[in-house]
Amino acid sequence: MQKAPAPTLIIGIGNPSRGDDALGPLAIERLEALALPGVELLTDFQLQVEYALDLAGRQRVIFIDATVSGPEPFDFVPVTAAEDASYSSHALTPAAVLHACRKLSDEAPAAEVLAIRGYGFELGEGLSPRAVANLHEAMAFLEATLGAGPAWPGPDPQPETPSTVYPSPVGEGGEAG
Amino acid sequence: MTMNLETAAHPETLRRVAIEPVSRVEGHGKVTLLLDDDDRIHQVRLHIVEFRGFEKFIQGRPYWEVPVMVQRLCGICPVSHHLAASKALDQIVGAKNLTPTAEKLRRLMHYGQILQSHALHFFHLSSPDLLFGFDSDVARRNIVGVAQAYPEVAKQGVLLRKYGQEVIRLTAGKRVHGTGSVPGGVNKNLSREERDLLLADIYQIIAWSREAVALARKLYEQSPALYDDFGRFDAHSLSLIRADGALDLYHGGLRARRKDGSTVFDHVNYDHYWEHIFEEVKPWSYMKFPYLRELGPEDGWYRVGPLTRVTQCDFIPTPFADHERRDFLAYGGGSAAGATLGTHWARMIEMLHSAEAIKELLHDDDLLGDDLVVTGERQERGVGMIEAPRGTLIHHYRVDDDDVVARCNLIVSTTHNNQAMNESIRAVARKYLDGRKLTEGLLNHIEVAIRAFDPCLSCATHALGKMPLIVELVDAEGRQVDSLSSGSL
Repeated sequence: MQKAPAPTLIIGIGNPSRGDDALGPLAIERLEALALPGVELLTDFQLQVEYALDLAGRQRVIFIDATVSGPEPFDFVPVTAAEDASYSSHALTPAAVLHACRKLSDEAPAAEVLAIRGYGFELGEGLSPRAVANLHEAMAFLEATLGAGPAWPGPDPQPETPSTVYPSPVGEGGEAG
Repeated sequence: MTMNLETAAHPETLRRVAIEPVSRVEGHGKVTLLLDDDDRIHQVRLHIVEFRGFEKFIQGRPYWEVPVMVQRLCGICPVSHHLAASKALDQIVGAKNLTPTAEKLRRLMHYGQILQSHALHFFHLSSPDLLFGFDSDVARRNIVGVAQAYPEVAKQGVLLRKYGQEVIRLTAGKRVHGTGSVPGGVNKNLSREERDLLLADIYQIIAWSREAVALARKLYEQSPALYDDFGRFDAHSLSLIRADGALDLYHGGLRARRKDGSTVFDHVNYDHYWEHIFEEVKPWSYMKFPYLRELGPEDGWYRVGPLTRVTQCDFIPTPFADHERRDFLAYGGGSAAGATLGTHWARMIEMLHSAEAIKELLHDDDLLGDDLVVTGERQERGVGMIEAPRGTLIHHYRVDDDDVVARCNLIVSTTHNNQAMNESIRAVARKYLDGRKLTEGLLNHIEVAIRAFDPCLSCATHALGKMPLIVELVDAEGRQVDSLSSGSL
C-alpha cells in the first residue's frame, strides 16, 4: 500500500471562486499539463495539519499561494519550520505545516513559497488582469527553476465568467419558494 | 452591570474593546465589549459577517453545477454543502428515494466528513486550550505545542483527520472539490480495492476514537466545576432525528425541545422548515438570528450541533458511541449534557459514532453496486437538510424552467447558533472579565467559549498576508488606548 513519495511536492493553495485566490490552483493546473517526472501536485483551499504527512519523506516542497502584499509580480523565498500561534484560524501557514511535519516525523523537507501577488478576492470574482500577468511571469520562473519545458502550454487564463445573477434573492427568512 | 449584556444603556460613556481576527480578505468574527471606567462590563456582542454573497454566488447557475460549486463556500466543510445541495436537488429532479448504493455512498462520505472535521476541531483547535489551560502561554496553545507535550495525541489527531479525508477522496472522487454526489444519486461507486483500503485501517480508527472520547471525558473530570459552569446557558434545541428516535446525521425529521426538555415539535418534515424557523434581523449584526416560530422572537432562539444532537436523540445506533452517550448523560447528574464545554465530549462521541458507522457501511456490499441515479417528475423547489459537523445545515433552491437556480437560501449552523454563542460569551464575561483588568489570557476565555461552537468564519480563502489576532482597546472617542496581539504569522 505504501510507496515512496515523489521527491518534489508542489501544493497550490486557494479557492478557485474567490478572484485572485485562484492563483495557486491555476498554477497547479498549468503544471499538471507538463506531467513533470518526480513531482507530485496537490491543491486545496488552505493548508491543514494533515498536510504534514504529505510533506514527510520529500526532498523539496514548493507552496504556491496568492498574496495580498509583497513584491510584484511574485516572490520566491525559502521557508523553514516555525511555530505558529495562529491556532484560532482554520488554516496553517507553510511554516507551521513544516513544523508539524518535523514534530510528527522528526524531519522537514527543504521548502520554498512562490507567493504570487493578487489584488481582488471576492466570492464569484474572476482573476484580475494584473494577476493574470503575474501568474504568467511566475510560471515562466517556475519552469526554469524546475528545469522543465514551458509551463504555459495554452493561452492566458481568462477570468471565470460568473453566471447571470437573478435580481430577486430569497425573501428574508420567510418562505423562500 | 446590565444583566443581559446585549445592549448597554449609555454606550457613549463606555470604553469599547474589540477582539478581532483581522483577515487579509474578510473580517469575519469580532467580539466587542463595552466597559466603564471601573472595567465593569455593560455590553458583549459577537459579530460574524454572514454569507450573503454565497446566495448570489449560486443564483443564476444551472442546477446540476450547484453540488460542486457550493463546495467553494467553505474550505472546512465542503462535503456538508455538497450533500445538503444534492439532497435539495434530489427533490428538484423528482428523486424521492435514492438507490441503496447511492444513499450508502453519500452516508459514507458524510461520516468521513464528520470524522475528519471533529478530529480537526478537537485535536487542532480546542485541545491546546483544554490540555494547557486557557491562561497558558499563547505560544503553546497550538497543535505544535500539543505535538511537543503529547506526541501520541497529536499524531492520532492528524491520522484520524487523514483517514476521514481518504473516505472523502474515495467517495467524492477527489480530495477536494469532489463530484461524487449528483442530483438523484452519485456518479461513482466504491471499488472492491477502495473498500478494502479503507477497511484495513478502520479498526484502528475506532480504537483511536474511543481513546479520544476517554481523553475528552478525562479533561472534563479533572476540572468539573470549570467545565460545568464555563459559558453555560440554558437553550432550546434543534436537530434532525431518525424516525425511531436515533441519532442520524444524514437524514431525518426535525425535533425541537424547550429548555426544560419538553417537546416543541418532533419528526417534522423539513420540506417546509420556514413554517417553524424564522430568521430575525438585528441592527447591530450582519448575521441573522433564527428562532422557533412556536416560541416567538424573544425566547425562541436555540442551539444546534454536537451537544444538542447527542443529548436529544433517544439512542445512538452504534454500540460504543451509545455506551458513551449514556455515560455522558449520566455524568454529574446530567451536568455535562448542558455545559458549553461538554460540547467537546459530545463531539468526540459523534466522532466515534462516525467511525463505527463507516465500519458498518464498509461491510455492506451495496457500496459496490452499479445502480447509482434515479429521477422522477421535475419539481420547482427543493430543500435539503443535513447535520453538518457544527450543526443543522439547510439548503433551499428554486429552479426555473430553464434549469437555472432562480432563488437560493442557505441557513448554516453558525447562523442557527448565533444567539447561543452570544449567550455563552456573555456568561463568560460576567464570570471572568467583569471588573478585572483585561489580559490576553482573560480575552482567550471568550475565544474558548466561541471555539466550543466552532463557528465557520467563512474560511474559504487563506492567502498569504493574513494578520494575527488583534485586540484593540478604544475609548469613548474612538481613540486606541491599548492593544494586544495573540498570534503571529
